[in-house]
Amino acid sequence: MKMTKIVRSTADIFYPFCLIFGFYVVAHGHLTPGGGFQGGAVIATGAALLIVARAYEDISQRIRKNALKLCESIGLFMFLAAGLSGLFLGHPFFANWLAQAGSIFGQPVAWGPNPGDLNTAGLLPLMNIAVGIEVLGGLSIILLYMISGVKEKE
Amino acid sequence: MLSKILINFPLIAVVLIAMMGLSAMVFKRNIVKILMGVTILESAVNLFLVATGYREGGIAPIFTNAPSTHMVLPTVQALTLTSIVIGVATSAMMLSFAMIIYKKYGTVDVRKIRKLKG
Amino acid sequence: MRTAFISAILLILLGGFIYLASDLSFGNPAVTDMDDYFIRHGQEQCGANNIVTTVVFDYRGFDTLGEATVLFTAVLGVGIMFRKLRKGEEYEND
Repeated sequence: MKMTKIVRSTADIFYPFCLIFGFYVVAHGHLTPGGGFQGGAVIATGAALLIVARAYEDISQRIRKNALKLCESIGLFMFLAAGLSGLFLGHPFFANWLAQAGSIFGQPVAWGPNPGDLNTAGLLPLMNIAVGIEVLGGLSIILLYMISGVKEKE
Repeated sequence: MLSKILINFPLIAVVLIAMMGLSAMVFKRNIVKILMGVTILESAVNLFLVATGYREGGIAPIFTNAPSTHMVLPTVQALTLTSIVIGVATSAMMLSFAMIIYKKYGTVDVRKIRKLKG
Repeated sequence: MRTAFISAILLILLGGFIYLASDLSFGNPAVTDMDDYFIRHGQEQCGANNIVTTVVFDYRGFDTLGEATVLFTAVLGVGIMFRKLRKGEEYEND
Protein backbone atom coordinates (compact mmCIF):
# COMPACT_ATOMS: atom_id res chain seq x y z
CA MET A 1 0.00 0.00 0.00
CA LYS A 2 2.53 2.61 -1.08
CA MET A 3 1.94 6.22 -1.90
CA THR A 4 2.58 8.11 -5.18
CA LYS A 5 6.01 9.20 -6.33
CA ILE A 6 5.54 12.82 -5.20
CA VAL A 7 4.84 11.77 -1.61
CA ARG A 8 7.76 9.35 -1.53
CA SER A 9 10.23 11.94 -2.85
CA THR A 10 9.04 14.61 -0.41
CA ALA A 11 9.37 12.22 2.52
CA ASP A 12 12.92 11.33 1.41
CA ILE A 13 13.88 15.02 1.27
CA PHE A 14 12.30 15.84 4.63
CA TYR A 15 13.71 12.90 6.60
CA PRO A 16 17.30 14.21 7.28
CA PHE A 17 15.99 17.56 8.53
CA CYS A 18 13.77 15.73 11.03
CA LEU A 19 16.76 13.76 12.32
CA ILE A 20 19.01 16.81 12.65
CA PHE A 21 16.35 18.83 14.46
CA GLY A 22 15.69 15.92 16.84
CA PHE A 23 19.36 15.54 17.74
CA TYR A 24 19.62 19.32 18.25
CA VAL A 25 16.73 19.27 20.73
CA VAL A 26 18.34 16.34 22.61
CA ALA A 27 21.85 17.83 22.76
CA HIS A 28 20.77 21.32 23.96
CA GLY A 29 18.49 19.98 26.67
CA HIS A 30 20.20 21.87 29.47
CA LEU A 31 20.06 25.29 27.75
CA THR A 32 16.77 25.54 25.83
CA PRO A 33 13.37 23.88 26.28
CA GLY A 34 13.62 20.22 25.34
CA GLY A 35 15.63 17.29 26.58
CA GLY A 36 15.73 13.55 26.13
CA PHE A 37 12.06 12.63 25.86
CA GLN A 38 11.04 15.47 23.55
CA GLY A 39 13.96 15.00 21.14
CA GLY A 40 13.47 11.24 21.00
CA ALA A 41 9.84 11.73 20.00
CA VAL A 42 10.88 14.10 17.16
CA ILE A 43 13.36 11.52 15.81
CA ALA A 44 10.70 8.77 15.94
CA THR A 45 8.45 11.10 13.92
CA GLY A 46 11.05 11.03 11.14
CA ALA A 47 10.94 7.24 11.09
CA ALA A 48 7.12 7.35 11.09
CA LEU A 49 7.22 9.60 8.00
CA LEU A 50 9.16 6.96 6.07
CA ILE A 51 6.87 4.13 7.23
CA VAL A 52 3.73 5.98 6.12
CA ALA A 53 5.11 6.87 2.67
CA ARG A 54 6.16 3.33 1.76
CA ALA A 55 4.79 -0.20 2.01
CA TYR A 56 5.93 -2.29 4.96
CA GLU A 57 7.93 -4.81 2.93
CA ASP A 58 10.17 -2.08 1.45
CA ILE A 59 10.84 -0.29 4.71
CA SER A 60 11.61 -3.39 6.78
CA GLN A 61 14.82 -3.86 4.79
CA ARG A 62 16.03 -0.34 5.67
CA ILE A 63 14.90 0.21 9.27
CA ARG A 64 15.57 -3.13 10.92
CA LYS A 65 13.97 -4.26 14.13
CA ASN A 66 17.17 -5.67 15.63
CA ALA A 67 19.03 -2.36 15.34
CA LEU A 68 16.21 -0.48 17.07
CA LYS A 69 15.96 -3.08 19.84
CA LEU A 70 19.72 -2.66 20.38
CA CYS A 71 19.30 1.13 20.52
CA GLU A 72 16.63 0.90 23.16
CA SER A 73 18.55 -1.49 25.41
CA ILE A 74 21.79 0.50 25.10
CA GLY A 75 19.93 3.70 26.01
CA LEU A 76 18.53 2.31 29.26
CA PHE A 77 21.89 0.73 30.13
CA MET A 78 23.74 4.05 29.58
CA PHE A 79 21.24 5.85 31.81
CA LEU A 80 21.76 3.33 34.63
CA ALA A 81 25.54 3.45 34.22
CA ALA A 82 25.51 7.25 34.47
CA GLY A 83 23.53 6.99 37.69
CA LEU A 84 25.75 4.31 39.21
CA SER A 85 29.01 6.02 38.27
CA GLY A 86 28.78 8.31 41.28
CA LEU A 87 28.76 5.35 43.67
CA PHE A 88 32.30 4.28 42.77
CA LEU A 89 33.69 7.72 43.60
CA GLY A 90 32.21 8.33 47.01
CA HIS A 91 29.08 10.31 46.04
CA PRO A 92 25.43 9.26 46.52
CA PHE A 93 23.35 7.48 43.89
CA PHE A 94 22.49 9.79 40.92
CA ALA A 95 24.76 12.57 42.20
CA ASN A 96 25.91 15.16 39.65
CA TRP A 97 29.63 14.79 40.31
CA LEU A 98 30.80 16.44 37.07
CA ALA A 99 29.07 19.81 37.58
CA GLN A 100 31.23 22.91 38.34
CA ALA A 101 34.31 20.64 38.62
CA GLY A 102 36.18 21.61 35.46
CA SER A 103 36.94 18.34 33.71
CA ILE A 104 34.49 17.29 30.93
CA PHE A 105 31.22 19.20 31.16
CA GLY A 106 32.16 21.25 34.15
CA GLN A 107 32.35 24.96 33.37
CA PRO A 108 31.13 27.05 36.32
CA VAL A 109 27.95 29.09 35.82
CA ALA A 110 27.09 32.28 37.73
CA TRP A 111 23.55 33.13 38.83
CA GLY A 112 21.37 35.17 36.52
CA PRO A 113 20.49 35.34 32.83
CA ASN A 114 23.33 34.54 30.44
CA PRO A 115 23.72 33.33 26.85
CA GLY A 116 24.14 29.61 27.33
CA ASP A 117 27.40 27.63 27.10
CA LEU A 118 27.34 24.05 25.86
CA ASN A 119 30.20 22.94 28.10
CA THR A 120 28.22 23.16 31.36
CA ALA A 121 25.88 21.03 33.49
CA GLY A 122 27.92 17.96 34.32
CA LEU A 123 26.18 14.61 33.98
CA LEU A 124 22.99 16.10 32.48
CA PRO A 125 23.89 16.06 28.73
CA LEU A 126 25.01 12.41 29.00
CA MET A 127 21.72 11.44 30.63
CA ASN A 128 19.82 13.42 27.96
CA ILE A 129 21.58 11.53 25.15
CA ALA A 130 20.93 8.17 26.83
CA VAL A 131 17.21 8.85 27.26
CA GLY A 132 16.98 10.22 23.69
CA ILE A 133 18.44 7.01 22.25
CA GLU A 134 16.06 4.92 24.35
CA VAL A 135 12.93 6.85 23.38
CA LEU A 136 13.72 6.82 19.65
CA GLY A 137 14.24 3.07 19.74
CA GLY A 138 11.12 2.44 21.82
CA LEU A 139 8.65 4.51 19.80
CA SER A 140 9.95 3.28 16.42
CA ILE A 141 9.73 -0.36 17.55
CA ILE A 142 6.12 0.16 18.66
CA LEU A 143 5.27 1.57 15.21
CA LEU A 144 7.00 -1.25 13.32
CA TYR A 145 5.33 -3.98 15.37
CA MET A 146 1.86 -2.48 14.94
CA ILE A 147 2.28 -2.07 11.17
CA SER A 148 3.50 -5.65 10.81
CA GLY A 149 0.36 -6.93 12.53
CA VAL A 150 -2.02 -5.54 9.90
CA LYS A 151 -3.08 -8.27 7.49
CA GLU A 152 -3.53 -7.18 3.88
CA LYS A 153 -6.79 -8.14 2.17
CA GLU A 154 -6.14 -10.67 -0.60
CA MET B 1 -19.91 34.47 39.77
CA LEU B 2 -19.26 35.27 36.11
CA SER B 3 -16.12 37.25 36.91
CA LYS B 4 -14.78 34.34 38.97
CA ILE B 5 -15.35 32.00 36.00
CA LEU B 6 -13.54 34.40 33.64
CA ILE B 7 -10.50 34.68 35.92
CA ASN B 8 -10.12 30.90 36.36
CA PHE B 9 -10.76 30.12 32.70
CA PRO B 10 -8.05 27.45 32.23
CA LEU B 11 -9.49 25.42 35.13
CA ILE B 12 -13.03 25.66 33.64
CA ALA B 13 -11.55 24.42 30.33
CA VAL B 14 -10.08 21.43 32.20
CA VAL B 15 -13.53 20.54 33.55
CA LEU B 16 -15.12 20.81 30.08
CA ILE B 17 -12.48 18.64 28.39
CA ALA B 18 -12.70 16.01 31.16
CA MET B 19 -16.47 15.84 30.84
CA MET B 20 -16.17 15.43 27.06
CA GLY B 21 -13.76 12.52 27.51
CA LEU B 22 -15.98 10.92 30.14
CA SER B 23 -19.10 11.14 27.98
CA ALA B 24 -17.19 9.63 25.03
CA MET B 25 -16.27 6.67 27.25
CA VAL B 26 -19.85 6.14 28.39
CA PHE B 27 -21.94 6.68 25.28
CA LYS B 28 -19.96 5.15 22.41
CA ARG B 29 -20.00 1.53 21.22
CA ASN B 30 -16.91 1.31 19.01
CA ILE B 31 -13.90 0.20 21.03
CA VAL B 32 -11.53 2.64 19.31
CA LYS B 33 -13.77 5.58 20.21
CA ILE B 34 -13.80 4.49 23.86
CA LEU B 35 -9.98 4.44 23.84
CA MET B 36 -9.97 7.95 22.36
CA GLY B 37 -12.09 9.05 25.33
CA VAL B 38 -9.46 7.71 27.73
CA THR B 39 -6.76 9.71 25.90
CA ILE B 40 -8.84 12.90 26.05
CA LEU B 41 -9.26 12.45 29.81
CA GLU B 42 -5.49 12.07 30.23
CA SER B 43 -4.95 15.31 28.28
CA ALA B 44 -7.32 17.14 30.62
CA VAL B 45 -5.35 15.96 33.66
CA ASN B 46 -2.05 17.12 32.13
CA LEU B 47 -3.53 20.56 31.44
CA PHE B 48 -4.70 20.80 35.05
CA LEU B 49 -1.21 19.99 36.34
CA VAL B 50 0.44 22.69 34.24
CA ALA B 51 -2.23 25.29 35.09
CA THR B 52 -1.65 24.76 38.81
CA GLY B 53 1.88 26.10 38.66
CA TYR B 54 1.23 29.50 37.14
CA ARG B 55 2.40 32.74 38.73
CA GLU B 56 0.99 36.08 37.58
CA GLY B 57 3.36 37.75 35.07
CA GLY B 58 5.95 34.98 35.21
CA ILE B 59 8.12 33.70 32.36
CA ALA B 60 9.37 30.18 31.59
CA PRO B 61 11.98 28.88 34.13
CA ILE B 62 14.97 29.08 31.77
CA PHE B 63 17.93 31.38 32.34
CA THR B 64 19.24 31.51 28.73
CA ASN B 65 18.69 35.13 27.57
CA ALA B 66 15.90 35.59 30.10
CA PRO B 67 14.33 39.10 30.25
CA SER B 68 13.57 38.88 33.99
CA THR B 69 13.83 36.46 36.92
CA HIS B 70 10.15 36.23 37.95
CA MET B 71 9.41 32.62 36.94
CA VAL B 72 6.59 30.11 37.10
CA LEU B 73 6.93 26.94 39.20
CA PRO B 74 9.18 24.30 37.55
CA THR B 75 8.32 21.21 39.61
CA VAL B 76 4.85 20.76 38.15
CA GLN B 77 6.19 20.74 34.60
CA ALA B 78 8.48 17.83 35.49
CA LEU B 79 5.49 15.82 36.78
CA THR B 80 3.55 16.57 33.58
CA LEU B 81 6.45 15.21 31.48
CA THR B 82 6.28 11.87 33.29
CA SER B 83 2.50 11.79 32.95
CA ILE B 84 2.63 12.32 29.18
CA VAL B 85 5.11 9.47 28.68
CA ILE B 86 2.97 7.12 30.78
CA GLY B 87 -0.05 8.13 28.66
CA VAL B 88 1.84 7.14 25.51
CA ALA B 89 2.71 3.74 26.99
CA THR B 90 -0.91 3.11 28.03
CA SER B 91 -2.30 4.10 24.61
CA ALA B 92 0.15 1.80 22.81
CA MET B 93 -0.88 -1.21 24.91
CA MET B 94 -4.62 -0.49 24.60
CA LEU B 95 -4.47 -0.11 20.82
CA SER B 96 -2.55 -3.40 20.50
CA PHE B 97 -5.29 -5.08 22.53
CA ALA B 98 -7.93 -3.60 20.20
CA MET B 99 -6.12 -4.98 17.12
CA ILE B 100 -5.88 -8.48 18.59
CA ILE B 101 -9.56 -8.40 19.65
CA TYR B 102 -10.59 -7.48 16.11
CA LYS B 103 -8.46 -10.30 14.70
CA LYS B 104 -10.15 -12.84 16.98
CA TYR B 105 -13.80 -11.70 17.05
CA GLY B 106 -14.21 -10.03 13.65
CA THR B 107 -16.12 -7.05 15.07
CA VAL B 108 -15.41 -3.94 17.17
CA ASP B 109 -18.82 -3.57 18.80
CA VAL B 110 -18.41 -3.86 22.56
CA ARG B 111 -21.85 -5.35 23.03
CA LYS B 112 -20.82 -8.44 21.02
CA ILE B 113 -17.42 -9.03 22.65
CA ARG B 114 -18.70 -10.77 25.75
CA LYS B 115 -17.25 -14.29 25.71
CA LEU B 116 -15.13 -14.68 28.83
CA LYS B 117 -13.96 -18.27 28.86
CA GLY B 118 -13.33 -19.78 32.26
CA MET C 1 -34.46 6.00 29.17
CA ARG C 2 -31.08 4.79 30.33
CA THR C 3 -29.21 7.43 28.32
CA ALA C 4 -31.40 10.19 29.82
CA PHE C 5 -30.55 8.96 33.33
CA ILE C 6 -26.79 8.86 32.63
CA SER C 7 -26.81 12.30 30.95
CA ALA C 8 -28.60 13.76 33.97
CA ILE C 9 -25.86 12.41 36.27
CA LEU C 10 -23.13 13.81 33.97
CA LEU C 11 -24.79 17.25 33.88
CA ILE C 12 -25.02 17.36 37.68
CA LEU C 13 -21.31 16.41 37.87
CA LEU C 14 -20.47 19.17 35.36
CA GLY C 15 -22.29 21.80 37.39
CA GLY C 16 -20.63 20.66 40.62
CA PHE C 17 -17.13 20.70 39.13
CA ILE C 18 -17.58 24.18 37.61
CA TYR C 19 -18.77 25.48 40.98
CA LEU C 20 -15.71 23.96 42.70
CA ALA C 21 -13.22 25.08 40.02
CA SER C 22 -14.27 28.71 40.21
CA ASP C 23 -13.18 28.88 43.86
CA LEU C 24 -9.54 27.93 43.29
CA SER C 25 -6.87 30.61 43.24
CA PHE C 26 -5.29 30.64 39.80
CA GLY C 27 -2.21 32.84 39.45
CA ASN C 28 -0.85 32.88 42.99
CA PRO C 29 -0.13 29.40 44.37
CA ALA C 30 -0.26 29.02 48.13
CA VAL C 31 3.04 27.30 48.99
CA THR C 32 6.14 27.99 46.84
CA ASP C 33 9.09 27.36 49.17
CA MET C 34 10.51 24.31 47.36
CA ASP C 35 10.29 25.90 43.92
CA ASP C 36 11.95 29.13 45.13
CA TYR C 37 14.83 27.01 46.45
CA PHE C 38 15.14 25.25 43.07
CA ILE C 39 15.18 28.54 41.14
CA ARG C 40 17.70 30.17 43.46
CA HIS C 41 20.17 27.27 43.79
CA GLY C 42 19.64 25.31 40.56
CA GLN C 43 22.36 27.07 38.59
CA GLU C 44 25.10 26.88 41.23
CA GLN C 45 24.50 23.25 42.22
CA CYS C 46 23.86 21.71 38.80
CA GLY C 47 25.30 24.25 36.36
CA ALA C 48 22.41 24.14 33.86
CA ASN C 49 20.30 27.05 32.59
CA ASN C 50 17.11 25.01 32.23
CA ILE C 51 15.56 24.58 35.69
CA VAL C 52 12.97 22.04 34.50
CA THR C 53 15.78 19.74 33.24
CA THR C 54 17.59 19.99 36.57
CA VAL C 55 14.40 19.04 38.38
CA VAL C 56 13.73 16.09 36.03
CA PHE C 57 17.26 14.68 35.88
CA ASP C 58 19.02 15.89 39.03
CA TYR C 59 16.70 16.65 41.92
CA ARG C 60 14.12 14.00 40.92
CA GLY C 61 16.28 11.63 38.85
CA PHE C 62 14.87 8.51 40.48
CA ASP C 63 11.40 9.22 39.07
CA THR C 64 12.93 9.49 35.59
CA LEU C 65 14.52 6.06 36.06
CA GLY C 66 11.06 4.64 36.84
CA GLU C 67 9.57 6.36 33.82
CA ALA C 68 12.22 4.92 31.47
CA THR C 69 11.40 1.47 32.89
CA VAL C 70 7.66 2.01 32.21
CA LEU C 71 8.41 2.88 28.57
CA PHE C 72 10.60 -0.22 28.26
CA THR C 73 7.83 -2.42 29.71
CA ALA C 74 5.27 -1.01 27.27
CA VAL C 75 7.50 -1.88 24.31
CA LEU C 76 7.96 -5.35 25.81
CA GLY C 77 4.17 -5.80 26.02
CA VAL C 78 3.58 -4.70 22.41
CA GLY C 79 6.34 -7.04 21.25
CA ILE C 80 4.69 -9.98 23.00
CA MET C 81 1.32 -9.21 21.40
CA PHE C 82 2.65 -9.34 17.84
CA ARG C 83 5.02 -12.26 17.97
CA LYS C 84 5.41 -14.72 15.09
CA LEU C 85 3.80 -18.06 15.86
CA ARG C 86 6.00 -21.12 15.43
CA LYS C 87 5.20 -24.06 13.15
CA GLY C 88 2.08 -25.88 14.20
CA GLU C 89 1.08 -23.30 16.85
CA GLU C 90 -2.29 -21.54 16.69
CA TYR C 91 -4.16 -19.12 18.85
CA GLU C 92 -6.18 -21.10 21.41
CA ASN C 93 -9.59 -21.95 19.98
CA ASP C 94 -12.69 -23.19 21.73
